[in-house]
Amino acid sequence: MAGNRVAVVGVGQTAHRTARKDVSMAGLVREAASEALDDAGMTYADIDAVVIGKAPDMFEGVAMPELYLADALGAVGKPMMRVHTAGSVGGSTSIVAAKLVSAGIHERVLTVAYEKQSESNATWGLSVPMPFAAPLVAGAGGFFAPLIRAYMYRSGAPRHIGHLVAVKDRRAALRNPKAHLHLPDIDLKTVEESFLLWDPLRYLDVCPSSDGAMAMVIGSEKVADSAPNPPAWIHGMAMRSEPTMFARRDQVNPQAGKDCAKDVYAQAGIVDPRRDFDCAEVYVPFSWYEPMWLENLGFCADGEGWKLTEEGATAPDGDIPWNPSGGVLSSNPIGASGMVRFGEAAQQVRGRAGDYQVELKTGKALGHAYGGGSQFFSMWVVGRDKP
Amino acid sequence: MRDVAVISFASAAVAEDREHNETEMIVPVVRDALAQSGLPKSEIGFVCSGSLDYLQGGPFAFVSGLDAVGAWPPLRESHVEMDAAWALYEAWVAIQTGEVDAALVYGFGKSSPGDLHEIMTLQVDPYYVLPLWPSMVDMAALQASAYLEASGHTEKDLAEVAARSQRNARQNPDAVRTGDVTADDVLAQPVTHHPLRDADIAPITDGAAAVVIAAGDLARRACGRPAWIRRIEHRIEAHGLGVRDLTSSDSARGAARAAGVADGNVDVAELHAQFSHEELLLAEALGLRDRTVINPSGGPLASNPVMSAGLIRIGEVARRITNGEASRGVGHAASGPCLQQNLVCVLEGD
Repeated sequence: MAGNRVAVVGVGQTAHRTARKDVSMAGLVREAASEALDDAGMTYADIDAVVIGKAPDMFEGVAMPELYLADALGAVGKPMMRVHTAGSVGGSTSIVAAKLVSAGIHERVLTVAYEKQSESNATWGLSVPMPFAAPLVAGAGGFFAPLIRAYMYRSGAPRHIGHLVAVKDRRAALRNPKAHLHLPDIDLKTVEESFLLWDPLRYLDVCPSSDGAMAMVIGSEKVADSAPNPPAWIHGMAMRSEPTMFARRDQVNPQAGKDCAKDVYAQAGIVDPRRDFDCAEVYVPFSWYEPMWLENLGFCADGEGWKLTEEGATAPDGDIPWNPSGGVLSSNPIGASGMVRFGEAAQQVRGRAGDYQVELKTGKALGHAYGGGSQFFSMWVVGRDKP
Repeated sequence: MRDVAVISFASAAVAEDREHNETEMIVPVVRDALAQSGLPKSEIGFVCSGSLDYLQGGPFAFVSGLDAVGAWPPLRESHVEMDAAWALYEAWVAIQTGEVDAALVYGFGKSSPGDLHEIMTLQVDPYYVLPLWPSMVDMAALQASAYLEASGHTEKDLAEVAARSQRNARQNPDAVRTGDVTADDVLAQPVTHHPLRDADIAPITDGAAAVVIAAGDLARRACGRPAWIRRIEHRIEAHGLGVRDLTSSDSARGAARAAGVADGNVDVAELHAQFSHEELLLAEALGLRDRTVINPSGGPLASNPVMSAGLIRIGEVARRITNGEASRGVGHAASGPCLQQNLVCVLEGD
């Protein structure tokens, strides 16, 4: 990885809920940030700069909310930036913050991502009709369902595979007190019998709408060496973007995702991701994206992803757990969901994932986020040991 | 820190572009900036943009904007929902990590289809201030009144700034408000938001701008006289107008101090002043002296394409360094109600 050594030295997140009516947007982000600072043994005064990320401003109706949130995040008198890269933003924000440290500009950077979906309606926010553009009025599910059907056609995956992911991630979330959905009675039958939203996606194949925030403190090597709790060293980080559509584009298995994974694996010395990672926190907002991203991220050959899911390899007790925290299917504060993936990966290699801690062998984990029309990707590899 | 320079700059703006959408507006400036840089696209390691969804009234302005770049094969790319001056900052950081050596930065926005002054109201505290629905001009006028009272400046001084901006802009092809205007002409206009007149308020403008920055030898090879970014710093201050000293700008002063503005002569400064009092207030906060030529392009009072207007300030200074008119200059960008956030970029020739 380019630049100086960097580590995550503090992680904090809110409980994710349908509506956090007990806090304002400022209260929500401060709750996560304060927890991350406590974990890092710091106060707001110790922070050099703040990097905040979230998905479209229309999700809450506040334009450029970093301005309004500057006070709550202790940024007054400091540099503050706001990143927006669609659904991948939580990952991109983490990377922008980490680069401020790897470039040697700052020692301690606070990064925060959030969404307070209860302030508005995200499906409406995603479906504003634009002049001269085809009105989709479909939200994200309507956009991705045809890609999922194309994947099923290509791979020959049986129809129950998505439901297996829906059950697996919700059961995992039972061990995560901060997860939004706790569905102890979920099984294959309840998913199959939940109502059809966008074929083949049924209600329980889809992520919830959540209020929530995630925060991390990113520190230099010097800061990490004296941190009160174990750091998660960043071994690689990468972003890639490609256009929403053009004739030769493979929207099901996008090139940008493959390139991004290849880049971040090369930085971190990952040869066989299924073997070299202890777990992965991957952006799976619709159940079928687990097998699709298993292939895109090189955990198996093309067309084989659904078989890993079916054989239980990605379960918390499988050989390569995916989303032991419960994933996006269990908590989806959209703009924060990517940072939750990055932060949960960090918590695993720090040994601080509580009841959903996986066994550490290689001491490395993958954090992943994607956004737009499967076109924006951000990923990092974190490790227990220094790179 | 690696030496990084602005090696090319292109911009385009009009009062109301009814023929092009935002993406179509970006295409020519990106093409021009890349052509001027002489770098093939394969040498551009990183792309970063700045835009605001609320200008187009739909989510993801930057997603379609990316089509203007041609993101294939896939690019290392990012976006800030801020003026593109902060996209330039992010790109400068990416170069500082050593990961890439050159970056393309662009910003864009069409203010004409909506009501810009009301859209910017959506920046304020949504619970306690938004219900009052203050427009950005209302808030600026509060600051202008406080500033005039504290500084001893008068409406005539504001009019001098407004008139000079329009006169300077006669050479600027992107100017949307320009002419051989005197302060008396401005003072003859009615006050619309006390103490501001129409000429004191930046005009509605549609436009885009692009910059290529590059490190060290690559910059020297690509550009006869690169405009080196000696320091680039930004700061934010409290959001609530009631807890700030509106007669000055702590964040502009802090950014200027960190950027070392006072470490040498400032031949030229381009200030992101959307109201004439902001130019006076910023010149003080940045510690500029009388010998500094301020806003020779005419500044935002002559052409204000929102979300690229800050980047344009840096580009205008870089252009004057590259063509030998200046040896050291300051580009400034601002964001938020009453200059809540400020970025200062010190540029130098060899």
